[in-house]
Amino acid sequence: MATRQTQLLARSLLTPAVGLLFIWMIVPLALTIYFSTLHYSLLDPGSESFVGLENFRYFLTDPAFLASLQNTLVLVGSVLALTILLGVPLALLMDQPVIGRNFVRLMVIAPFFVMPTVSALVWKNLLMHPVSGLFAWLASLFGLTPIDWFNDVPLLAVILIVTWQWLPFATLILLTALQSLDEEQKEAAEMDGASAVSTFIYITLPHLARPITVVILIETIFLLTVFAEIFVTTGGGPGLQTTNIAFLIYSQALIQFDVGSASAGGLVAVVIANIVAFFLVRIVGRNLEA
Amino acid sequence: MARMATTRRVMISTAAAWLFGFLIFFPILWMGLASFKTELEAFAIPPSFLFFHWTTENYATVQERSDYLHHAMNSIIIAGGSTLIALLIAIPAAWSMAFSPTKRTKDILLWMLSTKMMPPVGVLVPIYLIYKSLGLLDSRIGLVFILCLGNLPIVIWMLFTYFKEIPRDILEAARMDGATIGRELVYVLTPMAIPGLASTLLLNLILAWNEAFWTLNLSTSSAAPLTTFIASYSSPEGLFWAKLSAASTLAIAPILVLGWFSQKQLVRGLTFGAVK
Repeated sequence: MATRQTQLLARSLLTPAVGLLFIWMIVPLALTIYFSTLHYSLLDPGSESFVGLENFRYFLTDPAFLASLQNTLVLVGSVLALTILLGVPLALLMDQPVIGRNFVRLMVIAPFFVMPTVSALVWKNLLMHPVSGLFAWLASLFGLTPIDWFNDVPLLAVILIVTWQWLPFATLILLTALQSLDEEQKEAAEMDGASAVSTFIYITLPHLARPITVVILIETIFLLTVFAEIFVTTGGGPGLQTTNIAFLIYSQALIQFDVGSASAGGLVAVVIANIVAFFLVRIVGRNLEA
Repeated sequence: MARMATTRRVMISTAAAWLFGFLIFFPILWMGLASFKTELEAFAIPPSFLFFHWTTENYATVQERSDYLHHAMNSIIIAGGSTLIALLIAIPAAWSMAFSPTKRTKDILLWMLSTKMMPPVGVLVPIYLIYKSLGLLDSRIGLVFILCLGNLPIVIWMLFTYFKEIPRDILEAARMDGATIGRELVYVLTPMAIPGLASTLLLNLILAWNEAFWTLNLSTSSAAPLTTFIASYSSPEGLFWAKLSAASTLAIAPILVLGWFSQKQLVRGLTFGAVK
């Protein structure tokens, strides 16, 4: 009797959360699907009409889509590569006996807590400004021509900003994983005469495989929808050079007011994210059983 | 000999770690310094690192010109409100799944996680239109609501992993002693759960404070939190680096302090327990 009551109570405690998340997931998504089949422009209200898959055809064959898909892939891929390639050595370094390690940790983790609009604007102005930025001054010290970041290599500039924001996350997770690595195993390997390099390749790296996978998947989910950094620095330009899928959908919806086509784009973004989510959910689920 | 090598190794790794730590932190430090310069000095080439005319004038100007406190208050209300409401919904749910699990619990947890993976831009259009017709655009309630839903899966997950670690024997002992569920919750569970609750609260405050998709798209002025307010400095007319830096420093300082306290929980909260 008591257990039954408990079960009933347990279920009723769970209901609000499940219900809210269900509505949150279903209602907007259903509306997005519905809008995506309409010709619907906010500039021309009352003219909505059913057009079937026309919006998808329009969105997917729009040259802007291919350009933004490519930018999205380059952005996500580069930031992933940079955060892992810099994060692994940085985590290994911080796992060494370091005097004042906690303070170093604070400095390394700090960028993650800076709001995206602040980091983007500080980088764009104080550091990357072609005349008065710190990088321009450093370049001139070495007799180099300063780079006009947001005109000559805008996507690279965005990639650097986003990498700076996510490097702490990768480093912190890899460091946490390293600290759980069995010291005895490493010592045993060293006793057996294993070199530092082979200890790294045969013991440390396999141990890091899982956290690296987790970093890749979680970062991908957030990086697919990078928005604020582009919004405040380049506005997607020059041309389409820094327009990613998220920004393209935003501009179709809230600048061109084309609801139908933006909704179709939204669904494309959902599908892409779901492919990544599928793998992440499987990894997390496996961990839940262990 | 071995000892010498170790000392040397410590010296080298210490120097390298401090160097890289400093480089990573540098943009924040540089921004902080610029906030105490005059506009001319902030823009000057060659830049002055420490020997400039220190002034706090920018901080005063930011408040006078743009009502900084109004936006800071919006941030506090939106981040705080959405986090508290998410906690109120999540605590019972996580409690129930951690202590009365059914065979569907795992599926429910994974489903909740999957809602977090929906890209916000995928539902931007309907949310914008719904908000427009309900008059919720540029309203604090609207932002509280959307950030609360957005972070709810993370809150539930974090609480679930913390609740899971509370030894069940203690709960069973309390039940044997005839404690009702209400008493169990208040006197047994809550004290043991407070560390977990605190870190969940902290991490989600940070996430909500820094959220910059919905806040940029759904607020313009009266409900604009600091993310949107800072974005207004991106307008090309006139470069106010010192003022931008002052406003930015104020906007990130409180969260940086909170963040430093919660860095251990960060890993756990953001990897959904996949890395411990």
